[in-house]
Amino acid sequence: MIDLEPVARPNAPLARRNPVAKLAAALLFAFPLLATLDPVAPAIALAVELAVLPLFGLRYRVLARRAWPLLLAAGGVLVTLVLFATDRSGRVLLDAGPLMVTTSVLLTALGLVLRLFAVALPGIIVFATTDPTDLADALVQNAKAPARFAIGALAAFRLLPLLGQEWQMIAMARRARGVEAGRNPLAKLRLFISTAFTLLVGAIRRGTRLAVAMDARGFDSAVPRTFARRQPFGTADWLLLICATALSATALTISIA
Amino acid sequence: MGEVWLRGFGWRHAGRRAWAVRGVDLRVRRGERVLLLGPSGAGKSTLLAALAGLLPEDSGEQEGTIEIDGRPPTEARERVGIVFQDPQSQLVMARSGDDVAFGLENRGVPAAQIWPRVDEALHRVGFPYHRDRPTAALSGGEQQRLALAGALALRPDLLLLDEPTANLDPAGADLVRAAIARAVHDDTTLILVEHRIADALTLVDRVVVLEPGGGVRADGPPEAVFAAHGDALAADGVWVPGREFPPRPAAAPAAEVLLTADRLGQPPRLAPTDLTVRAGEALAVLGPNGAGKSTLALLLGGLLKPGTGRLSASTDLAGSDARTPPHRWRAPALARRIGSVFQDPEHQFVTSTVFDELALGPRRTGATEAAVRRRVDDLLHRLRLNKLAGANPYTLSGGEARRLSVATALATAPRLLICDEPTFGQDRRTWRELVDLFAELRDAGHGLVTVTHDADFVAALADRTVTLRPVSRGGDGQSERADSPTRQPDDGSESRQRTSPPDGAGPTTAVRR
Repeated sequence: MIDLEPVARPNAPLARRNPVAKLAAALLFAFPLLATLDPVAPAIALAVELAVLPLFGLRYRVLARRAWPLLLAAGGVLVTLVLFATDRSGRVLLDAGPLMVTTSVLLTALGLVLRLFAVALPGIIVFATTDPTDLADALVQNAKAPARFAIGALAAFRLLPLLGQEWQMIAMARRARGVEAGRNPLAKLRLFISTAFTLLVGAIRRGTRLAVAMDARGFDSAVPRTFARRQPFGTADWLLLICATALSATALTISIA
Repeated sequence: MGEVWLRGFGWRHAGRRAWAVRGVDLRVRRGERVLLLGPSGAGKSTLLAALAGLLPEDSGEQEGTIEIDGRPPTEARERVGIVFQDPQSQLVMARSGDDVAFGLENRGVPAAQIWPRVDEALHRVGFPYHRDRPTAALSGGEQQRLALAGALALRPDLLLLDEPTANLDPAGADLVRAAIARAVHDDTTLILVEHRIADALTLVDRVVVLEPGGGVRADGPPEAVFAAHGDALAADGVWVPGREFPPRPAAAPAAEVLLTADRLGQPPRLAPTDLTVRAGEALAVLGPNGAGKSTLALLLGGLLKPGTGRLSASTDLAGSDARTPPHRWRAPALARRIGSVFQDPEHQFVTSTVFDELALGPRRTGATEAAVRRRVDDLLHRLRLNKLAGANPYTLSGGEARRLSVATALATAPRLLICDEPTFGQDRRTWRELVDLFAELRDAGHGLVTVTHDADFVAALADRTVTLRPVSRGGDGQSERADSPTRQPDDGSESRQRTSPPDGAGPTTAVRR
């Protein structure tokens, strides 16, 4: 099951910042890192990210639980480079015929893995500390996103966990009918597709009903919406943006120097 | 304000040959409480959608006029509130208060007024929690009361209710009806569509019956309408109050044991339960929402691995497979022995025609094509589906889909049939057909287990009942979705489930005959 709910202490100084500010800061901080190839800038960025974690009210254990799929990606990068890297200069560490692991191979791999973490962690931190409703509100109020899109997506998002239960139900209903794939991979694929189709039909029907119910409460009225929950964008939010940009620039400068 | 006037109104959905509703002349004055009745397919829901302004001009063809306070409904939308049947697909936000505020935001109500109006609406419907309560942690009855609050917060002059209690257990339905009675202002016009009329009559002072071919069949105070048209309505499948069916008790005592559940459970949804299922007996499983009734049905159906305890089949049911628990049987073997009917018929449909749907099980279990044909024809005939053999299962009406889902489970001639709320939302005619069919099956020596909230069904058919208690756990409410206000606290005792005769005489495992 995918964890979608925020898990941070909500009163932590940075967790409380405007969701749009957090999202923009994450982008401003992580995006410049794509410009470098060496491991220095991402290493500094990563250190900064881990250092500010307590300010977001997040515990390291929680972050590790959310970020573990990145380890798989990191493993993939390592294997790919060991097998296919063209630059095999530097000191030879392991020579097994066509498979030659050198210091430069490991250095490139380290740079890529660090970059992966440094770019992905800000996003994970933002979503772990932000309530989806607040994010949708802030997108509409501060980033001028269309409400029809932001609130519509929020409503659809709420139905997501239902899909997992629905899938289980459909699979059990098929078994009750005597339908099972056994060991045949082709039958497995066919069963998967037909289960997915039934799920889709159900999801579309439920989505349509929800859309009608939303319109019945005036979601499609031409009146400008008001906001029950204000998402203020203050000095602290601007400061967060500035700090993110400055820190990212510093990391880049150090790595170039 | 809130005055409805239809003159020769009709609506045909785009692409359909038949009119969904036609020739309706109706005038409803401010503050009237109207129950809208009619057999399935008379166009009740279409009429409500038209009144709510939810039928855009380009989605069909209109005849005659429909006006709310002299304006077409599409222009009077802000004066009309509507509550639908399914709580899951009408709540928009994750927090209860936000959901009530949603409509107010859409209508541009100034921010300073929103929260006072949200709290007032929640108070009026008797919402028992703070407005930060997650909507996902609410029971069905609480969710429907929240949906009602969302409609009332907009202060509608006309409130439309489309079977608001159809998806709820009796306790939840009572709470929603009480909320409607208490929360709707005297000068708000109310139009209600409801299946189970007896319960809805306390809310209304006028009954309007739509004629399926078009027009209004009857209109007036409930007593007068039912006195003059009661028999004809009942024959058309409308649940006319005071017309119970004769019970269908078993012709012979229960026979051999088919399944034995020994402390069978699935934490946190179902507490350990002891149970015996016998051939030639109709067993009803009762209990409030959240007691794990559906989970028990899945476990008994061999579809779920038990979390605690054991389920064992007798050699009478399973032959040499009796040594393995049902959840480990191959699917075709399972389908030959235990048939399961799910709450939502659409979960079960696999093919694209009614005929193939019925033929699927017998083909899977290795019947010859001639035998499959015979079996399918017999079922089509028995469940009044013969005219629909070529139709797509997804296009069937609620009653047809239910009959088909029961027929598919019977197609492999299983010895034991397990049904989850089979009579849910059915009209009187389908209901009676199901009871008769189940009674025949039982008297032919099949075992029958039914999970149900339907007291009439239990009274008519059940030979024995089991009442499940909710799994209690302190505070989080997530695992406990009981509507009953008298929740049983976790007293630390073993929660063995109680088995009793249908009249609830005592905690015995007696079989009433």
